[in-house]
Amino acid sequence: MAAKTLTIDGRLVGAHENQTVLEAASEAGIKIPTLCHLDGIADAGACRLCLVEVAGSPRLHPACVLKVAEGMEIKTQSERLRKYRRLLLELLFAERNHVCAVCVANGHCELQDLAMDLGMDHVRYQYRFQPFAVDVTHRLFGLDHNRCVLCTRCVRVCSEVEGAHTWDMEGRGAKARVITDLKQPWGEADSCTSCGKCVHGCPTGALFFQGSTVGEMERDRTRLEFIVTAREKKQWIA
Amino acid sequence: MAQKIVIDPVTRIEGHAKISIHLDDAGNVAEARFHVTEFRGFERFCEGRPFWEMAGITARVCGICPVSHLLASAKAGDRILAINIPPAAEKLRRLMNLGQIVQSHALSFFHLSAPDLLLGMDSSPATRNVFGLIAAEPAFARSGIRLRQFGQEIIELLGGAKIHPAWSVPGGVRSSLTEPARQRIRQWLPEARATAIDALSRFKKLLRNHKAETQIFGNFPTLFMGLVGPDGTWEHYDGNLRFVDSGGNIIADQVAPSRYREFIGEAVEPWTYLKSPYYRPLGYPEGIYRVGPLARLNVCTSLGTPLADLELSHFRELGNGAVTSSFYYHYARLIEILTALERIEMFMDDPELSSDRLRADAGINSLEGVGVSEAPRGTLFHHYQVDANGLIQKVNLIIATGQNNLAMNRTVAQIARHYVHGPKIQEGMLNRIEAGIRAFDPCLSCSTHAAGQWPLQVQLLGPDGSLLDEAVRA
Repeated sequence: MAAKTLTIDGRLVGAHENQTVLEAASEAGIKIPTLCHLDGIADAGACRLCLVEVAGSPRLHPACVLKVAEGMEIKTQSERLRKYRRLLLELLFAERNHVCAVCVANGHCELQDLAMDLGMDHVRYQYRFQPFAVDVTHRLFGLDHNRCVLCTRCVRVCSEVEGAHTWDMEGRGAKARVITDLKQPWGEADSCTSCGKCVHGCPTGALFFQGSTVGEMERDRTRLEFIVTAREKKQWIA
Repeated sequence: MAQKIVIDPVTRIEGHAKISIHLDDAGNVAEARFHVTEFRGFERFCEGRPFWEMAGITARVCGICPVSHLLASAKAGDRILAINIPPAAEKLRRLMNLGQIVQSHALSFFHLSAPDLLLGMDSSPATRNVFGLIAAEPAFARSGIRLRQFGQEIIELLGGAKIHPAWSVPGGVRSSLTEPARQRIRQWLPEARATAIDALSRFKKLLRNHKAETQIFGNFPTLFMGLVGPDGTWEHYDGNLRFVDSGGNIIADQVAPSRYREFIGEAVEPWTYLKSPYYRPLGYPEGIYRVGPLARLNVCTSLGTPLADLELSHFRELGNGAVTSSFYYHYARLIEILTALERIEMFMDDPELSSDRLRADAGINSLEGVGVSEAPRGTLFHHYQVDANGLIQKVNLIIATGQNNLAMNRTVAQIARHYVHGPKIQEGMLNRIEAGIRAFDPCLSCSTHAAGQWPLQVQLLGPDGSLLDEAVRA
């Protein structure tokens, strides 16, 4: 496998040719904000929070799906990037009803963490959210579309890691939603194995364990990576 | 010519309201209305949420008494799960509610009402506030502020936050009392108790100078309602409802809170966002009743703690059966602080408060739940209906201040009748109407589940509705 050398924030960084800029930066200890990225599953470029500047290109690129190239010059921090990241974040907040104070994920939420990291103390746009019904038909889990950021982590983790593909998307724009099976209530979705990987993968309070109250939804992301690594490296096969 | 006086906004209460006083052709007070001008809509926007979240959401109704909502909501949740919570969880919830009663009553007495009582109703409005009190009576003011802090500290030690601790949940509570927390409360108790006893003796001396207020500050016969234990002892967390009349006669007793609708109706008036609950068997508005400290002391057989019971015997001498002057809400509040402190002290020797068996686990076993607790201002009802999956279908909240709505209106009219003769608003009247309302310690943000500040506005209106005079104090 050929190695590539690129510059990230002025530092020379080595990477394998199939790696993404996000992976290369991460290995070099350079932090790029992400939301739809989850270690262990494929990237989708859904949230655009990992946008970076590439020398010679007028547009911004999502680092999670941008392959490294020889001599590439990447900037992960700039006024322009901060402006766009904050704009994206504010639009995410304006799109659904994210009220941290009463949310099950309060204090353990990646969207909330990003807002704090990026200094988003208010939303400049009019809130556009419409009320979505909460789905608590599943015996163990609940789904609140009002807190969903459409990152599709649940869709990918269910498809790639569990292999069930219970989750998918419906609709476009403001009407886009995650669905279970053919838009059945989650409790009636036959393909669901009730493994809970989607719940552990969810960055916000959208997916939660039944009975959770304010701030109780703590997740264990390392489990997903553990399963993927064990499977890929065939750790349990002698 | 008939007239109308409007006081808007009213100060040093929690919320936002205005008062209008209607005069008849002879220039005398025909009626007075206490308008609550805020609207929030909790009962509506909670629909569709999982009932598990209700304690966290409804605690946001109020920053003064979030614990009351937290408890009533969690208790409604307990009923939906159809479980008994672990004994330790009940004791811990009780401990937090006692802390809440201490802090809220201390706020009402020391910060909000003591300036009227100690500095005089006719002293300058510029200094008739907690800062004026600190200047005039620094030691007294400090002890009162510390007493409130003590109550807040209990809430924080248990729930991790003074305001909106997401700690009491359907099935129980999330954490127990740690040993350092127990020590902290134990060490602070003697000071808190000394403050309460001092305030009581100060208040009793003040009563000599406030004979007029005790006569006209909402002194009229009504029913009183509150929770009592199985033997009629003062209750603040559980128990059943008891109604007594102004003669102290029990007219309904040991009413399970889940049957509240048989006994309480909710009337709606077009001029206020605050509903007017009434005792259903007597109809509206004859079924006027009062809740809160005065009512709890009138309905209970005893307070169940020695020092407070001694005070209760003095308190009872102020009435014939029941104590009917709303001015004595202040007195009742101080006695309740004392019994709360005595009860907190008793808890300090209970090892069960450190138990780790705190939360019962269950699914949706009942589609309806009523949770009741005594908030500092009176009995608080949370009534939820859920679907088979636990999503809220209907919410009804009956708040303490709402239940005092009819009595507050009548109080304003009584005070106005005494002080208003003619088309001009006198400063003395303004102060007394405010102080009369303040005796109830109304929380309007709670009672309409509403938001905003609470300045005073009074309008004086003629019989044709024309505005004759207006006073506004920011």
